[in-house]
Amino acid sequence: MSIEVRAVSKRFGRYRALDGVSLGIEGGELVALLGPSGSGKTSLLRIIAGLEVPDAGSVLFSGRDATGEAPRDRGVGFVFQHYALFRHATVFENVAFGLRVLRRRDRPTEARIAERVHELLSLVQLDGMAGRAPAELSGGQRQRVALARALAVEPRVLLLDEPFGALDAKVRKGLRRWLRRLHDDLAVTSVFVTHDQEEALEVADRVVVMNEGRIEQIGTPDEVYRSPATAFVVEFLGQANVLHGRVDRGRARFGAIAVDAPEHLGALDAPAIGYVRPHDLELARDCAAGPALAATVREVRPLGPIVRVQMQEDATGAALEAEVSRHELEALGLAEGQRVFARPRRWQVFARPDVR
Amino acid sequence: MGSQGRTRRGAVVTDPERRETLARTPSPVAWLLVAIAASFLGLFLVLPLVAVFAQALAKGLGPALAAIADDETLSAIRLTLMTVAIAVPLNVGFGLAASWAIAKFEFCGKSFLVSLIDLPFSVSPVVAGLVFVLLFGARGLLGPALADQGLQVVFAVPGIVLATTFVTFPLVARELIPLMQAQGNEEEEAAITLGASGWQTFRRVTLPKIRWGLLYGVILCAARAMGEFGAVSVVSGHVRGETNTMPLHVEILYDGYDFVGAFAVASLLALTALATLGAKSWIEARGPRRSVA
Repeated sequence: MSIEVRAVSKRFGRYRALDGVSLGIEGGELVALLGPSGSGKTSLLRIIAGLEVPDAGSVLFSGRDATGEAPRDRGVGFVFQHYALFRHATVFENVAFGLRVLRRRDRPTEARIAERVHELLSLVQLDGMAGRAPAELSGGQRQRVALARALAVEPRVLLLDEPFGALDAKVRKGLRRWLRRLHDDLAVTSVFVTHDQEEALEVADRVVVMNEGRIEQIGTPDEVYRSPATAFVVEFLGQANVLHGRVDRGRARFGAIAVDAPEHLGALDAPAIGYVRPHDLELARDCAAGPALAATVREVRPLGPIVRVQMQEDATGAALEAEVSRHELEALGLAEGQRVFARPRRWQVFARPDVR
Repeated sequence: MGSQGRTRRGAVVTDPERRETLARTPSPVAWLLVAIAASFLGLFLVLPLVAVFAQALAKGLGPALAAIADDETLSAIRLTLMTVAIAVPLNVGFGLAASWAIAKFEFCGKSFLVSLIDLPFSVSPVVAGLVFVLLFGARGLLGPALADQGLQVVFAVPGIVLATTFVTFPLVARELIPLMQAQGNEEEEAAITLGASGWQTFRRVTLPKIRWGLLYGVILCAARAMGEFGAVSVVSGHVRGETNTMPLHVEILYDGYDFVGAFAVASLLALTALATLGAKSWIEARGPRRSVA
């Protein structure tokens, strides 16, 4: 089922949670709502679920206006951040809940309910846990019970609020790959909220980057990472070196380096900010390869497979950070206090009006 | 996942052990504190309780039982039980509604409503009784109109029920509000997204969540309703065999120098108090274990 959000706004008292948000989600897609806390991503998810009513705008499911519909009529499954399992009920009864509250004529027989619950528990790899109480399960197991419970009513849309937020790093990684496979098997439209960019980039078909109640960018993980639309997206999606310079008629200049900035053809000698990811900064002992930023090495820190090199630019005193492979480092023979030349491979240039 | 669970559980186990070794070596100060607490309890709780039963049985079991089997005593017991049977369900209904509203919704005047619920605790029961006399008495605001309809409130059973309900009004709500606030809304929201109606959500999710707190509130409310003296005393008119509840009957018997009778009825009240205490500690021991493990 496709979802369309049209110009949705929502306020909580004086706080503006969502400000004219529009978003289209195709049937069968897995979409991540990514943003810092307070960006409105959870409010948007709750509005799609019907747990919150928007002040303005509408929500459509497969073209049908569902804005005024109660959550129970929308056919959505919702997985809560803290699982919200029924603490007084066993795992079995938690999963069976959605079937037991069906109207009498739609309600399956007791045998059918048991069969369905065991199917779901085996789907989420919790066979044999049916008799446990939620408090006897680990965080990852609770999360999977919550998922099985939401899937029991065969929702056409699955909504997950920070599904891995309360889990530790290792469980989290395993579970999100598993969720991706599950989504592919079930072919249900899924939307999940996260503040973890790595999670969004790894799991989702498309990522919706949100900030202060607005959408900054919608795109595939590769698009938002490689062609960020705004400075916010660059900064939120990972580490970046910030360089200050000027842009003039489509040409940006940062110290010794000049780069094309075709999106700023109209800019006339305007202040500009350039972003370079640490792994896009190429290091050399001389500037034979072309114009580069001269810098002094301040720290060389190996981090597993890569090495992080902290530098200080000679001209401006600005801090620079590069990530190189161990192999490159050995070839360069870098040590603290040495002179290096840093040449950016990829840039993101934003003229002042875009810059926050 | 598994190994982490085990280490976490392991860490939890070592902690209480350490606490136990601390508790196993009581210092003189601990002994002193225990002695003070024990003698205080003995003097103010155990001794009076023993005295009540001793007085009741001063002339043997026979006279005590005869005093209880007396018509007027039986009528007082009936009236008390009836009052409890009306006041407790009323306050359960009210307490559920009020705590649901207060814990689940934001509205203006909420803190005012909370303090209003506490009013019966802060007002002297005698004043509460007087309020009902002023409202429903022969010269009261509503009394004459109701009397025209043939309904007597003050110095009759309705007045006793009203006064008791008023005095025990906060007990269920007070028990439920903090519980429901602490438990939050997420389980109810989950139930709604799973297709449950409002009533199904209440019956299948909210009620099981609060059942121990509710039961606790009901027991406190029933105990208080049985023992209420002040407010009921003002509105009852002390008509023997008609508007006498158990506490009022104890007073009448005592004033009439029928000590065996007075203490026999009093020991019935004391027994219900002990039963309440037992039920309360049973719930406290059982409730949390059920909801956590």
